[in-house]
Amino acid sequence: MHREEKIWLTLSFGMIMIFMFITGYQAFAQGMAPPSNKEIIDPQKVDQQASFDKPGITKIGDKEYEVVMTLQVFSFNPGNIEVPAGSTVHFTLTSKDVVHGFEVAGTNLNAMVPPGHIQKITQKFDKAGTYLVLCNEYCGAGHQMMSTTITVK
Amino acid sequence: MAIPKTLKEKANKEMGISTEDARITKTYLFVAFMALLIGGLLGLLQGLNRAGLLELPSWLNYYQVLTAHGLLLVVVLTAFFTIGYFYAGLSHTLGGLLPKVRKMAWIGFGLKIVGFVFAVIPILMGNASVMYTFYPPMAASPWFYIGLALIVVGVWMCAFGAFIQVANWRKNNKGKHVPILSFFATGVFILLFFGSLPVAIEVIVMIIPWSFGWVKTINVMVARTLFWAFGHTLVNIWYLTAVSAWYVIVPKIIGGKRWSDLLTRIVIIALVIMNITGGFHHQIIDPGISESVKFMHVFMSLAIGFPSLMTAWAMFAVFERTARKNGGKGIVGWYKKMPWGDVRFLAPFIAMLAFIPAGAGGIVQSTNQLNQVVHNTMWIAGHFHLTLGMSVVMTFFGISYWLVPYVSKRVLTPAINKLGVIQTIIWTVGMVIMSGAMHTVGLLGSPRRTSYTTYGDNATALGWNPYLLLLAVGGTLLIIGVLLQVYAVINMMFFAPKGETEFPIAEEEEGASKTPYWTERWGLWIVIMLIFVGMAYVIPLTEFIVNAPPGSPPFKTW
Repeated sequence: MHREEKIWLTLSFGMIMIFMFITGYQAFAQGMAPPSNKEIIDPQKVDQQASFDKPGITKIGDKEYEVVMTLQVFSFNPGNIEVPAGSTVHFTLTSKDVVHGFEVAGTNLNAMVPPGHIQKITQKFDKAGTYLVLCNEYCGAGHQMMSTTITVK
Repeated sequence: MAIPKTLKEKANKEMGISTEDARITKTYLFVAFMALLIGGLLGLLQGLNRAGLLELPSWLNYYQVLTAHGLLLVVVLTAFFTIGYFYAGLSHTLGGLLPKVRKMAWIGFGLKIVGFVFAVIPILMGNASVMYTFYPPMAASPWFYIGLALIVVGVWMCAFGAFIQVANWRKNNKGKHVPILSFFATGVFILLFFGSLPVAIEVIVMIIPWSFGWVKTINVMVARTLFWAFGHTLVNIWYLTAVSAWYVIVPKIIGGKRWSDLLTRIVIIALVIMNITGGFHHQIIDPGISESVKFMHVFMSLAIGFPSLMTAWAMFAVFERTARKNGGKGIVGWYKKMPWGDVRFLAPFIAMLAFIPAGAGGIVQSTNQLNQVVHNTMWIAGHFHLTLGMSVVMTFFGISYWLVPYVSKRVLTPAINKLGVIQTIIWTVGMVIMSGAMHTVGLLGSPRRTSYTTYGDNATALGWNPYLLLLAVGGTLLIIGVLLQVYAVINMMFFAPKGETEFPIAEEEEGASKTPYWTERWGLWIVIMLIFVGMAYVIPLTEFIVNAPPGSPPFKTW
């Protein structure tokens, strides 16, 4: 093997390792790991189970809110959420039918919401504005209409 | 490659491919390029709809079109091209196909075509708008899944045919290395078989009984995980097919020699071993999988990048060396000595260049946090149009300009070569515009697989429109590229002047060190591959099965 090739392969290997270290550091030391909640739920009885029987937004602390939300063809419940600027919002999500996606454009909120599983994801909204919430997993004929907003005041 | 020993091999070298072997490849290629034509037209319809320029009728809506587009281009075009190309390679380098193997190729062909008809009818009737990924609990007509299963079995038939062919050659050539193109074919067919096992289990064991109503509910996450063990492997198989042409064919076309035989074989073995585990990064933001398992998977996905970086080095080393031999000067000035006017070089060369940003984008989106930013946005669609639509498909186009004349006993005329160069430029510009627009608008949040919408004139969504318009511009250029390419293939297949065309396989460099024989131990590589698959999938699958929620009934939401 040529010397230059060895250098190139060492650099390649090093690059991938550095990438891994940064990813791992951010995930485990800085709490930036992707949404990975492990609770389960009966997808045919979502309405009858605790917290999902009353979807909505609850204030749980100073500038801290919990949103319990169901996703179903083709809507988010609750929709049109309002929170003050600087709020941290904890989303607890599940699907009542097919696989949906929960994405808020302009933020890092992005999570898969398959039926039978409870997904959790948190975001701090610093900037005021109207954020577009949309389903980013194809879910049927009305998929392109499945959206709502989060208004930060 | 050694001098051919048997009479049959020699005859094959002198006189080209036998008519029977040629017919297999010709038929497979014909189907592949018809799939390109129809799939391309459907792609144009989508692009125009997505930009808000075209309203699709209710009997052929965006999601039907998208399902068919994905199936035609990610499964039909690629599978038929790969099989046609490697069967010609097996025939050429191993002294003609065995009659048994030929028969298997035709049975496989029949199964795939019947399967495809089964799958397409429900799509057209609006009973299978479930996309290439068909995630349960969306349930299409059972016939759609039966069609998919038949396609998989048809592919297996061709894989087994290839194994028989290679095993037979090895028996008659004890102690020798399988010729490099057939070595690539072996790797590709091993991956096609093992990679499609999970989806076969998903479709046959889980989905078909459920979609007929024999079983009431389905485990959504197990199905999804089995799908992605296959879904990403599949595209990497098409990539490995393209890589075979980069290592073996392109050096010959530019008048050079192959880069290290040992390195080439190690790259193939590495890609075979590490591929199936790579699919898991599609599930980085799924619930039900622990953060540590996800982190291990990021590592397994990124590991695939390493053999690709080895390939990058090998390719440019071959180019530089060949150009310098032909009088190229300077640190970068040697590029002037490359045969830019030869489409058989130009198309795969641009395909390789495209893999630099495409591979980098892939590394980015496989990591935890960055995946969360782009998951299921248009960025992803941009990524696979760059990888598949450019790196793979342009290499296939480049191959077609010698493979089609080779199997048709015709020649590539200067006029068709020129057409090919123009096609390559149009395709490049079109893909760069379209994929660039997709990447950008995806970063801004625009979702993939969504028909035209402004979400009730939402300001954020309206801001995406200029990029979606660019997407349609790129798509329009691409359809011109499709038409030119299909015209060229039809011309070379049926109308070009008769003559002999060479099957271009580059020789090893003089004085290259001998490749050690352990590279031929496929049994061992398969065992290591299965250990990798076990490491990757035993934990999450066990968790999804042991810790399963009550299952989901079927839904038809379109």
